[in-house]
Amino acid sequence: MCGLAGIFHIHHDNASGAIPLETLKRMTAALQHRGADESGVYIDDQIGLGHARLSIIDLTSGTQPIHNENKTLWIVFNGEIFNYRELRKQLIDAGHHFYTTSDTEVVLHLFERHGTRCLDLLNGQFAFAIWDTVKKKLFLARDRMGICPLHYTVQNGFFYFASEVKSLFMEPNIPRELDPIALDQIFTLWTPLPGATAFKNIQELEPGQFMTVDKDRINFKKYWHFPIVPRTGHMDAPIEDITEQLTHLLLDAVKIRLIADVTVGSYLSGGLDSSGITALVSKQFNQHLQSFGIRFEESDFDESRFQKQLSSFLNVSHKELSVSNTDIAAHFPDILWHAEKPILRTAPVPLFLLSKLVSDNGLKVILTGEGADEIFGGYNIFKETLIRKFWARHPENLSRADLITRIYPNIFKNPLLKNSLIQFFGQGLDTADDPLFSHMIRWNNTRRIKTFFSDTLKESIGDYDCIQEIRDRLPDDFNAASSLTKAQYLESTLFLSNYLLSSQGDRVAMGHAVETRPPFLDHRVIEFMARVPSIWKVFGLNEKYLLKKVFKDVLPENIVLRPKNPYRAPIQQSLLTKENSDFINNILGKTSLQAAGYFNAQKVRALTRKLSAQKNINEVDGMAIAGIVSTQIIHDQYIQNFPASVNPMPELDLIVDHRPPNHGLST
Amino acid sequence: MNYTQAINQFIVENFLFGDDNNLATDASLLENGIIDSTGVLELISFLEETYGITIEDEEMVPENLDSIDNINNFLKKKLTAL
Repeated sequence: MCGLAGIFHIHHDNASGAIPLETLKRMTAALQHRGADESGVYIDDQIGLGHARLSIIDLTSGTQPIHNENKTLWIVFNGEIFNYRELRKQLIDAGHHFYTTSDTEVVLHLFERHGTRCLDLLNGQFAFAIWDTVKKKLFLARDRMGICPLHYTVQNGFFYFASEVKSLFMEPNIPRELDPIALDQIFTLWTPLPGATAFKNIQELEPGQFMTVDKDRINFKKYWHFPIVPRTGHMDAPIEDITEQLTHLLLDAVKIRLIADVTVGSYLSGGLDSSGITALVSKQFNQHLQSFGIRFEESDFDESRFQKQLSSFLNVSHKELSVSNTDIAAHFPDILWHAEKPILRTAPVPLFLLSKLVSDNGLKVILTGEGADEIFGGYNIFKETLIRKFWARHPENLSRADLITRIYPNIFKNPLLKNSLIQFFGQGLDTADDPLFSHMIRWNNTRRIKTFFSDTLKESIGDYDCIQEIRDRLPDDFNAASSLTKAQYLESTLFLSNYLLSSQGDRVAMGHAVETRPPFLDHRVIEFMARVPSIWKVFGLNEKYLLKKVFKDVLPENIVLRPKNPYRAPIQQSLLTKENSDFINNILGKTSLQAAGYFNAQKVRALTRKLSAQKNINEVDGMAIAGIVSTQIIHDQYIQNFPASVNPMPELDLIVDHRPPNHGLST
Repeated sequence: MNYTQAINQFIVENFLFGDDNNLATDASLLENGIIDSTGVLELISFLEETYGITIEDEEMVPENLDSIDNINNFLKKKLTAL
């Protein structure tokens, strides 16, 4: 992957002001962690494009920005097009000429030929910008699921865009301020809504969306929607046929993701999804596969025995990284610098450290199992929804209620809790027709941590309600969908795209210049699974039923049958230790809290007192402490002490300067 | 003996973090989002440790624990029985 940035002087013809090359250089340099192999800029009198490159395809001639035959179109591109070879061939047959062997140049020519409809032809993960020097029009797009990031803002007649927010903030005229509305969203949904960031007036292009910018207008369009297929559109084939088709599709999704001019490795957690991907690669395509996995000091979180079993079963060369509570605390600020938003968990930290292990072993590309739980129906929240829906038809029937205990064996371990837990999951049974039925318990529970917000912050949020905003944004065909489809849609478009693929995906991998490729998020797989009847996803209470069928011949039986264990990392056990207490006391001290202004210092003090006195800590208190600490750190990094430049500034490998004479002296 | 004040204080400190908000003594703690499923554990530990009682499995029902009034009545019964 790579990083891209740009400055577009929208009202070039009626206002003065050249493109500041120095700012563009700083913006590009701020992204060099995403790719330090090369960097380049294009600049003319109206626009500047910057690119930091991690070379994966076409190592020798793919330096960006890249142009078309007559240099009227210029592109900066982040990501991969997995079907670029066949597209390239079609374009050559149609008379296009290429000067590189990169996938980037294919996108440019595809745009030249098909306009914005080129997006429908791409299979990949990407964010890019194309400048049309003739129409004076900028085209920006992001992949369907939002694997690659792309942010933008408009300031004083200039349009700025960049892979990461820190790059935008290299322009000192762009105000840096946390957005109260985004904080309301994060402290309810665990992430800002699609299109929003943690910062005021900084937007992100939504997954599956493109935009065009010229002097008259800014236009947005969604070119792909997460599919919602009503029951009437579901496949009517026998399960054996569906399994066979899916196997075929997954093999191809994996195969095209192995395309690279560098070695591709794999993550191996010990769960079904990453094990399945690793098995497909090692059995079908690469017998010398390297895999990587995490060990936890806290035994509750550790899965290393399964990794060991699998690596010998699959005969892959496996490397594991042991992560201690101290490591998590020490690197929490690092991952926030990369994630650029407050988070309610610490789970990105181990993945950040794992990408370092990958990088230290000389690899740049990793396949992951991300997305399987959303697409194939793996999460407990799906089973919980189905049970609660079933229970809601006869709320008085306690044997129905009892089913809940089967999906949460861990939290029901304590028999004392049974009644109150059943009462907890019984909330909202009278609103089983609510389109948000599946997620209301979770969101209502999470938003209790807004109690720590300061009066000032509460005032700025006012009557705003992010759950109402989700309701307003639901697509027209949402109500006709099955309960499972609805829950999958919410989980995929909110949590997967904006948290898992970002804070826990792209950002922590690119923090060490590693590109992750999730084959389960191939749009063909997503579209196929949307047509599979819900019953084959969650069969009774057996999650990912169809995926298990696909993998049963390539994985040991115990791996296929073991219940899903969600990936988590310790929060309070790592953040609130003696070793970390100076840091925490400082950042959560009355002075720091009041200076930043987001939280009520007295309440935060009551929380830390409670957490340090108690052994049994409930999950909500854990989310609260992670959210408060991370907001304070983000404030310190991005608002209070943001570094105005990058030291040392890397040398550019390519400068294309198309500014008219006399203009070139400006900085 | 009335335990309302002590219970109220525990709940305000541990679940509302000092934010009293005129918590009504008959308000459902679960339905009002004051306590979640695992918060009940904290409440039980508090009652057991503070009052030297043991709460049985079958006593873990909303009628005993879901509001300050319910807890107060439950405690009274429990402590009289000792």
